[in-house]
Amino acid sequence: MPQLVFADFAPQLVWLAITFTLLYLILARVALPRIATTLEKRRDVIANDLDEAGSLKRQAEEALKAYEAALAAARGRALAIVAETRQQLTAQADNEKAAMQASLAKRTAEAEARITAAKTAAMANVRQIASDTAAAIVGKLLGDTPDGAAANSAVDAALKR
Amino acid sequence: MAQFEIRRYIPMEAGGIDVSFTNSSLFMVIALMGITLFLILGMRRQALVPSRWQSMAELSYEFVANMMRDTVGTSGQKFFPFVFTLFMFVLFTNMLGMIPYSFTVTSHIIVTFALACLVFIGVTVLGFIKHGAGYLKLFVPHGVPVALLPLIVVIEIISYLSRPISLSVRLFANMMAGHTMLKVFGGFIVMLGFLGGWLPLAFSVAFIGLEILVAFLQAYVFAVLTCIYLNDALHLH
Repeated sequence: MPQLVFADFAPQLVWLAITFTLLYLILARVALPRIATTLEKRRDVIANDLDEAGSLKRQAEEALKAYEAALAAARGRALAIVAETRQQLTAQADNEKAAMQASLAKRTAEAEARITAAKTAAMANVRQIASDTAAAIVGKLLGDTPDGAAANSAVDAALKR
Repeated sequence: MAQFEIRRYIPMEAGGIDVSFTNSSLFMVIALMGITLFLILGMRRQALVPSRWQSMAELSYEFVANMMRDTVGTSGQKFFPFVFTLFMFVLFTNMLGMIPYSFTVTSHIIVTFALACLVFIGVTVLGFIKHGAGYLKLFVPHGVPVALLPLIVVIEIISYLSRPISLSVRLFANMMAGHTMLKVFGGFIVMLGFLGGWLPLAFSVAFIGLEILVAFLQAYVFAVLTCIYLNDALHLH
């Protein structure tokens, strides 16, 4: 069995000691610190990025909240403006309606007055025509035309009956 | 068994000790350079978003780091470079041994025993530095009836002292048995020839896959057991 050749032990042990020690020194001094710093750097970067993402998310949430508040305020104001405008318009319409009604009533009254006047005038004309007609009829019937005053009084007396 | 033979490429002697550069030395040096290049070249950019190679280097680091965190906890961080070196050295020498015509450094009991002794002596010295004579309490488990105590203490001491043997023999035996098995089945392929050699060939292919797994697993087991021993020395139950 080659493993039990004692003469071969010394060179194996010596070279094991040399290579293992060298390897330990290289790894402990150079290679492992390099890997460790790289891993640490990566961890830091990731942690920083996560922090930043978290703060950005918070900012976004705040902005959203502010936006919603502004939106609610704007909506409230819009509703108020709508209500106010409606009230104004309603009042204006009421006023105009009232003015219109007043002017209509006035014009109705005026028209009625004119009608009454025209009626009175017409009635007066009717009386004149009646007395003239009566006088003419009397003249035709009796051959003697009565004077205006007598015809007028006679017509008046007849109208009074 | 020729694959396990030590060949001296450059015979040397220093102070009466044979320090010849052998095939074993060659593969130790290849492992040393392979690990160094793998890690240093892999990390040459130290990119925030790693390339595949850098990912593998980082993966090996995190694999061992997680293993240590699970078994030893944060107090073992000081020994991380040692455990990492041990894991990578065993892993690379095991894996290099899977290449045909190469030499498996860890198939020699003296190498694995030296590594196991390094761990054993290191852990024992650490335990005594950390706890003083209190480290001997490791041999007295809690909740054992006083009558049984002498027996248990003896068993505990034997199990403690056999740690380097079990640690080294496990690795050495696995590597040697695997390679011997491959050699035997390789011989069957040649013996049975073109007609009957297909069956051992198929077996060999499957077995090489298993051996690669074993090569990794044994490196892992070696490192995990080192971590567990470290944990005993640092935390003492």
